[in-house]
Amino acid sequence: MTEQFHEPGPGDPKYQRPGHTLDDPEFARLDVPLDEVDGTVEEHDPERYAEEGRGELRATGANEAVKSRGQWNQAFRRFAHDKTAMAGLILFVLLAGTALVNVLLNPGGYTVSYSNAYLVPPSWQHPFGTTLIGIDLFQACMRGLIVDLQVAFIVAGVSTIIGIGVGATAGFFGGKIDAALMQFVNLILMVPTLVVLIVLSNTLKSSSNTTVVLALLVAALSWTYMSRLVRAEFLSLRKRDFIEAARAIGASRRRIIFRHMLPNAMGPIAVNTTLTMAGAVLLESTLSFLGLGIQPPDVSLGRLLFDGQSYATIDWWVFAFPAGILLALILSIFVVGDGLQAAVDPRKSRNRK
Amino acid sequence: MLRYILRRILANSVNLIAISILAFWLVAISGDPLASLRLNPKIPKSTIELRIHQLHLDKGLAERYWIWLHGVIHGDFGISTSLNQPVGASFTSHFVVTLRMIIGATVLAIIVAVVTGVVAALRRGKVTDRAITFSNFVFLAVPTFVLALFLKLYVAGPINQHLGSPGNPLIPVSLDQNPTATGGFFQRLPDYASHMILPTITLTLVTYASWSLYQRSQVLEALDMDHVRLAKSKGLSSRRVLTHHVLRNALIPVVTVVALDFAGLLGGAIITENVFSWNGLGSWFINGVNAQDVNLTLAYVMVTALFVVMFNLLADVMYAVLDPRIKYD
Repeated sequence: MTEQFHEPGPGDPKYQRPGHTLDDPEFARLDVPLDEVDGTVEEHDPERYAEEGRGELRATGANEAVKSRGQWNQAFRRFAHDKTAMAGLILFVLLAGTALVNVLLNPGGYTVSYSNAYLVPPSWQHPFGTTLIGIDLFQACMRGLIVDLQVAFIVAGVSTIIGIGVGATAGFFGGKIDAALMQFVNLILMVPTLVVLIVLSNTLKSSSNTTVVLALLVAALSWTYMSRLVRAEFLSLRKRDFIEAARAIGASRRRIIFRHMLPNAMGPIAVNTTLTMAGAVLLESTLSFLGLGIQPPDVSLGRLLFDGQSYATIDWWVFAFPAGILLALILSIFVVGDGLQAAVDPRKSRNRK
Repeated sequence: MLRYILRRILANSVNLIAISILAFWLVAISGDPLASLRLNPKIPKSTIELRIHQLHLDKGLAERYWIWLHGVIHGDFGISTSLNQPVGASFTSHFVVTLRMIIGATVLAIIVAVVTGVVAALRRGKVTDRAITFSNFVFLAVPTFVLALFLKLYVAGPINQHLGSPGNPLIPVSLDQNPTATGGFFQRLPDYASHMILPTITLTLVTYASWSLYQRSQVLEALDMDHVRLAKSKGLSSRRVLTHHVLRNALIPVVTVVALDFAGLLGGAIITENVFSWNGLGSWFINGVNAQDVNLTLAYVMVTALFVVMFNLLADVMYAVLDPRIKYD
């Protein structure tokens, strides 16, 4: 038989879909480690879900723990192999760690560092230089970093809880409850968060603990995306066989929600939480930059830029350090979020990489 | 289609009313429009009482809302206490200034996003793609005010110092127009344009990044479609495949995302206007809030909500018009 009449088969390297060559990105997927490919198939194969459903009938707690650790283990390994994501994580830990160590070494922090040194360029004594009123900029930046981290973590915690609560209720019960809750979400989304924060800035400025109040306000306005996401996950999970099976053996609503549905929605929730953190830092610094957020004597990175903008042309350090740290903080959170997205859902984010 | 649009408009009107109640309540609890009058010892009590009566502050919240709503339906947003003139009178002039910025930035951002997104998708995995995706991430993460300050202080500053004359900078860093310029609109056009350079570049860069990432993923998805493979295999040139088969599919979702995000540019404009001292809607709003000007603040919130609602609807309608597979009933 001559080469011409060779019948191409699936195992034949020449068997390619039209228009595709070996260096086509579609085929580049072949060099993805085998366990990752397995992971994708396992997570999305409906038959496997049916399998899990059957397993549920005889499942013990220990069995479930092993299964879920397996899934998370895979996601964790994918994340650990993602160089960009790990770089982002290291940068974030480095920033947060420096700020925390500085709090331990220097309790009282930036407030005691007023001096007669006004606008001194960076030196050994003042690694980031000093500001117009003689504050050591390194201490001020570290304090700002702490404030922004506080805001980020409070917003992440509170908005994730509210978002999961509302989204899970809407997605699980559906019908009128769903319609009413989603209508409320649409209402909140109609006015941009920054605008609401500016409107409330007069109250905010006079509150006793601006950082916490600001964080709670941001959280109260930014749970909407999380709730939409959880709702969508729950709506699709509701029809899955293993949920049906759990219902059939008489599992309580609470058990179905917390033991079966929520763990399966955890990946997208984690991704969205990191994005919410980045958004919270962005909102806080923007509001403070407009002079409407964190008020002196406290500082945040945005407030430092607000105070320094009029003389930063010559005294570059009052712009460079706060802006650089702020950008590094937000960028690191973004990169970690993107890495998480790829780790928990490799199929959906195939086109991203 | 028409029925769908009418139903959406009706539903959104209900939403707008609900927003107005919430906004009225929020603004009412967050500021006292007569705070500065009360602090001034020279102003007699009778004047303050007169103002209280004029502004209906002696009435209950519900009654005040009703008076305000009645006015708004008749096109009257009330008196601005900080500017001492009807809110509507100063609104239009500020709105035009902001529109100049956001329309320019949107057009530029669309062009940049489509070009970078398509190029990144076609060069997937290569250095070009990585460079584009990396810069997209940086511009996605950079706060608008950081970028604006950077361009103002360290890009335009040195350029003006070396190339411009002291009184007449090459790239103006503040104001939306030269306040001493005279002449007709066309004579002042170069002045307007030069003042637009920095704010437009800032807003373009912070806006295009997410569109570009989206455009890239859409092109990659379109490249994977069967009819594109067919087009390639029947020997069409790659240029023709791109323009006639890939882009036709990949541009539709991006168009709707642009429409959805357009209203958000009003928020971005607040910051750019602040950095570049533009006398637009954002500065108008912030000054109003700082002066605890209730009617002005409410007008801004309502206009923003209206903008969001209108462009959400536009996005859905455009999606249906551009993609005949989408049908609303």
